[in-house]
Amino acid sequence: MIPTTHFLALSAVLFGLGLMGVLLRRNVLIVLMSVELMLNAANMTLITFSRAHGQTAGQGIAFFVMALAAAEAAVGLAIVVAVFRSRRTVNVDEINLMKK
Amino acid sequence: MYEKTYPYLFWIPLLPLVGAAFNLLVGRKFSRRVVNVVACTMVGLSCLVVLSAIWTHLYPMWKAAHEAHAEVAPRLVLTVWDWIVAGNVDIKLGLWFDPLTAVMTFVITFVGFLIHLYSTGYMAHDRDYARFFGYLNLFTGAMLMLVMGDNLVVLFVGWEGVGVCSYLLIGFWYDKDGTEKAGDANATAGKKAFLVNRIGDFAFVLGMFVLFYFTGTLNIHDMSENTGRLLQSWNAFGLGPVTVAGGAAILLLIGATGKSAQVPLYVWLPDAMAGPTPVSALIHAATMVTAGVYMVARLNFVYMLSPTAMGVVALVGAFTALFAATIGFAQNDIKKVLAYSTISQLGFMFLAVGVGAFAAGIFHLFTHAFFKACLFLCAGSVIHAMSGKQDVREMGGLRKVMPHTHWTFLFSTLAIAGVPLWSGFFSKDEILWKAISQGNPAWPMWLPTLLYVVGMLGALCTAFYMFRLYYLTFSGESRADEHTRYHMHESPSAMTAPLIVLATGATVLGFLGLPGLVGDHNFMHHWLAPVLERGAAVAAASSLAAVGPNTLSHSHSLEGLLMAVSVVVALFAWLVLARKLYLGGFSAQIERTVSKLPRLHRVVYNKYYVDEIYNALFVLPLKWTARLLSDAVDKFLIDFVLVNGSAKLVDVGGIILRSLQTGNVQRYLLGLVAGTAVMVYVFAGMRVEILVAPGAPAAAVATTGQPVDFSARVGGARESNLEYQWDFDGDGTWDTQWQTSPAARHTYSEKKRYHVRLQVRDRSDRRVKSDTTTLEVR
Repeated sequence: MIPTTHFLALSAVLFGLGLMGVLLRRNVLIVLMSVELMLNAANMTLITFSRAHGQTAGQGIAFFVMALAAAEAAVGLAIVVAVFRSRRTVNVDEINLMKK
Repeated sequence: MYEKTYPYLFWIPLLPLVGAAFNLLVGRKFSRRVVNVVACTMVGLSCLVVLSAIWTHLYPMWKAAHEAHAEVAPRLVLTVWDWIVAGNVDIKLGLWFDPLTAVMTFVITFVGFLIHLYSTGYMAHDRDYARFFGYLNLFTGAMLMLVMGDNLVVLFVGWEGVGVCSYLLIGFWYDKDGTEKAGDANATAGKKAFLVNRIGDFAFVLGMFVLFYFTGTLNIHDMSENTGRLLQSWNAFGLGPVTVAGGAAILLLIGATGKSAQVPLYVWLPDAMAGPTPVSALIHAATMVTAGVYMVARLNFVYMLSPTAMGVVALVGAFTALFAATIGFAQNDIKKVLAYSTISQLGFMFLAVGVGAFAAGIFHLFTHAFFKACLFLCAGSVIHAMSGKQDVREMGGLRKVMPHTHWTFLFSTLAIAGVPLWSGFFSKDEILWKAISQGNPAWPMWLPTLLYVVGMLGALCTAFYMFRLYYLTFSGESRADEHTRYHMHESPSAMTAPLIVLATGATVLGFLGLPGLVGDHNFMHHWLAPVLERGAAVAAASSLAAVGPNTLSHSHSLEGLLMAVSVVVALFAWLVLARKLYLGGFSAQIERTVSKLPRLHRVVYNKYYVDEIYNALFVLPLKWTARLLSDAVDKFLIDFVLVNGSAKLVDVGGIILRSLQTGNVQRYLLGLVAGTAVMVYVFAGMRVEILVAPGAPAAAVATTGQPVDFSARVGGARESNLEYQWDFDGDGTWDTQWQTSPAARHTYSEKKRYHVRLQVRDRSDRRVKSDTTTLEVR
């Protein structure tokens, strides 16, 4: 059986990659994808502990997170489309209407 | 029996106040006739209430008391309402009406009524007719409150009320333009009067506080019943012990010198002539300025307990009487001469009350109200005829043009100069006689003589400058220009009728106070005695040598001789000096005398430069201080540092923080992540703490030979992975091996402070944490 720490390490790596993507990439679509990656890293931790402790609650929460991620993707993409229509760009550096 | 409640008493001050409310609030909307009918009627009705109170109640009560030789003052009283009740302070809006109040209220309402009547003619063409009469009514009401208040607080309300009205009326023509009198100067004169009076009033309030602190009451009657407390010692502002009576008397006197224009606070009164002439007659001659004399007479039982204070009052009065009179020599403004004359006459009144002749002071106040009001109104009539000019150098010859004004002015001049048979002769002569025949063992031997000589010189000067004024104004040929001469006319009857009444009063009222030489017929003296001899009785009861008659007082021959001296002096000043020098205008001789003494003339003409001296000593330093405070405190500290500074601080903070708000979401997110990392590091790390049994963690105390239990408390790590190591005595070497139990035990043998050290390590991730604590072993 694969040790728990291996799963946790993998999810940490995935979370880190997602975080880097969110922080560093400039394309809104990539940023959204990275957010999905972070959510799934979190899912992975939940499932890992669920398996380690022999309890199903963690897996249940993971389903909720997936549903939430789907909704988030739908709303996020809709916003991206709307922003693109008005600003003709998907570059987060140029989407700074909340400045000052 | 000698005290009665009189329910109509409150109408006396209320009626003029109702008139004031009407004229000030809605008077503008009514015609001049309505305004002056309301104003005059209210004061007239008030006068009728006064007369009926005297006639139907006070006089019979007084008569009964007089015939029974009761030493108690008859009085009518009325408590309108409880005013200030707090703790042991119980101040009522209480009015009373005793012989002294009766004299004062009669003067205020009767002379006041005549002056109101006169004003209907004098102010007929003024724009602010209703405002003028409103102020005049308000003044009358406030003055009546002053003299009717049965406690010092009500008196003080009236005192300040008349001060405000004085200010308002001096600056009445604050926007007068197109004439030689600029509005600004009038407003400045009003402010000067108000400010100078503030200095006096500050001392007055302090005097009230002293009296209240030591006697526990401000009610004048209660205070006079409990005079023992007035003789307590008071360390006056740390300057030295004085009696309460003496300290309070001096403080109140300072207040009186402000209100009654005595040295050193007299400087506002000459400037107050900027107001309309009826105001000068009513406020600055007949009534308000006598408030100080009234106050001293009213509090005679306080003053009589302090011979020193009495001496000061007398000296201030005598000096003022002479000083102001000499300034009158060289003034050319008809109203200025009368103003200095008023100051001088008030000095005589203070001289009288200072030597304990309270009745003589009030009697002079009474006669002065008539002749000085008449003189001022005559001056107003003259100014009216001269198209607003006030300089006597341009007058002359008015005798033919204005016969009524001329005769009334002459009669009043005879009265003020002290020519026998006119009222001023009786009142002033009584003061001079009392000045020399009353004294106190505590006073220097020469003081009565000095007071008499100074007073007599003042009387000489008075007769001289008054006849100078009379001759320059009325005798000879007119020195006015064509235009003014063309417009010269006698004043309308609304103005001359009051003059005739007042001049009649000035002539005959002296018989109310006949001198002791012709027998015991001094009605004024008997009328006021129950009130004003309270002080002497109180002093006698306290076995205090009060100011009273001295060895000279029994000599009728001396009294007769001095009276003859007075007559000779008045006639000499009139017929020998003034008539010779000023009949028909400035004579060649006076021109020669003046040109021989140019420096003396200049000093007197410029009023001894007192205004300039005050300006340099007090006004300018105050202005500099004010400017300094304005620049350093107000403009710099408050405006620049505190107000603008705090705004600037917020502004700068905003500029700095604003640069963080870039609108770049990723930048914000970076901040979020960094913050989370810091919080994880701080809060999610392993925490170690030493616990010393029986549980006090820090600076615990232990005993030698007794084993001490330690344990480790660790947070943020898994218990089963931990190992512990202890250094119990702080010498740097570990006293135990790595052990898995958090508990440890050690026994100390030496009495001292130990540093205990604990090291914890986590086998799973190799983290190491430590903690130290001190332990006191005894």
